[in-house]
Amino acid sequence: MPLRTTGGTGSVSTTKTAPRESGERADTEPDRDAEDGREEGRHLNSPLLLTLLLLTAVMFQDPIRGALSAPVMQSWMTVFVAVMVQALPFLVLGVLLSAAIAVFVPPSFFARALPRRPALAVPVAGAAGAVLPGCECASVPVAGALVRRGVTPAAALAFLLSAPAINPIVLTATAVAFPGNPEMVLARFVASLLVACAMGWLWHRLGRTDWLRLPAGTSYEGQSKGAAFWDSVRHDVTHAGGFLVVGAMAAATLKAVVPADWLRLAADHPVLSVLALAVLAVLLSICSEADAFVAASLTQFSLTARLTFLVVGPMIDLKLFAMQAGTFGRAFALRFAPATFALAVVVSALTGTVLL
Amino acid sequence: MNRLAQTALLFLLGATLLHAGTTDLYLRYVKSGLRPLVLLAGAVLIATAAATLWYERRRTTAAAHHHEPRISWLLTLPVFALILVAPPALGSYSAAHTGTALTKPLGFPDLPEGGGPLRLGVADYASRAVYDDGRSLRGRELKITGFVTLDRAGAPYLVRMGLNCCAADAQPVKIALTGDIPPVLRPDTWLEITGRYTPRRTKDPVNNGPIPYVEVTSARPVPTPHDPYDETWNT
Repeated sequence: MPLRTTGGTGSVSTTKTAPRESGERADTEPDRDAEDGREEGRHLNSPLLLTLLLLTAVMFQDPIRGALSAPVMQSWMTVFVAVMVQALPFLVLGVLLSAAIAVFVPPSFFARALPRRPALAVPVAGAAGAVLPGCECASVPVAGALVRRGVTPAAALAFLLSAPAINPIVLTATAVAFPGNPEMVLARFVASLLVACAMGWLWHRLGRTDWLRLPAGTSYEGQSKGAAFWDSVRHDVTHAGGFLVVGAMAAATLKAVVPADWLRLAADHPVLSVLALAVLAVLLSICSEADAFVAASLTQFSLTARLTFLVVGPMIDLKLFAMQAGTFGRAFALRFAPATFALAVVVSALTGTVLL
Repeated sequence: MNRLAQTALLFLLGATLLHAGTTDLYLRYVKSGLRPLVLLAGAVLIATAAATLWYERRRTTAAAHHHEPRISWLLTLPVFALILVAPPALGSYSAAHTGTALTKPLGFPDLPEGGGPLRLGVADYASRAVYDDGRSLRGRELKITGFVTLDRAGAPYLVRMGLNCCAADAQPVKIALTGDIPPVLRPDTWLEITGRYTPRRTKDPVNNGPIPYVEVTSARPVPTPHDPYDETWNT
């Protein structure tokens, strides 16, 4: 919102925009308005709050550091920061691409590029995932932009699931990580594409549009293209980035507390080992460009179990769930995530039995 | 969080990434190959902040805007974590809780000949000792650098964490120490040990992975290396 200035921190555009802004907000966001009212009552707005937060943190940095010096807290922090530093560049890349799609690519392009029948558009979009060289953090905002650009959700979801798993970078990493088992690359490609298409068709059959809650009202009418582009980048980074923080915190917590001995117990049982690695893939939330190396090191597990790890991880994990809930709404994520998980486990177990 | 605060936050986040990318700080968290991407992301975030501010000042028509997400506030956490705390690279705590990740390499390239001591990485020594029966190591004086980790029983290991992408996937490779070990070893101290190959082996209590021993003749503390992780062992 343009400079919702309150209290004494007046600035350039206050007088011009304030009345129009409040009028607009009144019909779209009543609760937000009420909240603003409270904020104004206390003469606090978010820039001021941010400044206060920063100053407080700097003032108390010694006690904060002391509280975080325990080894388990330090390793938690390291993993948290590592996931953020590693994922942010890919998120930024995905956000730039999605902003470009939202602003510069006309909806008619997708209407021409994709088959009109959703049932056919799903596999085309799924296979198109092979051209987005990145990890899962990039694919969420791009899929969101595709839906907003009028691509049928079923196709956009197939793209969302396949892009992080079947792009050349990830497949190369898989080949490098499994030098003795080149069939692993093929199995990963086939299983991931199958799950992506199956989920797309499933959504086409059973999905309801009211489950999808796309950020409404992001119309860029009346703005120049440049303004719309940067507005979209700003919004998506702060929005998806916030959810990325949630996911990174969850992944760091699990990395710090899950004992490795549990895995050894599960590895001996054929069914349990597949399920254990599927759950592990969800919990660890490793970037899809690196997960093959982790899978390669889980030598006590069967190849099929490790394939499950590689198929489930890029499609659904804690970080992705948080980001999907942020982009498509919680009602969607709560239905989509379990279905993806179940389907991915089943398909990779079958593919593993046939190919590995 | 309104636009002005978001702009400030984006700027801070971008500046933090640039700071981490231009110093060696980023090496504690991600592999060195990600550096261009980290710098690029930092630059894009700062550009976004600048562009938002620029268009904000020239805004004449108010476009419809939806709920500005409150979840953005969470983005202050990585900024604080990086600027105020800058947590160290993963060390003995995670090494002691993770099994050794030694895997059989494709082959063993010839080691340089010469009379002087031979410098080896932890993973290189471990894989040659375990999977090559130390053929290339026998009778040579070796120098290996890693950090100290003690297991629950207090037995010392020399460890290097291997990295594929970021610290979330870091895995240790361990060598057990025997011979002339310094009497007091503090976990997380970086040591350069000089020693010899010994066929003695043990198993990692965490995952039953193979851990070779090395017979130490002398050890000296060294500063933390430029890149605390070993990025070569998987490629």
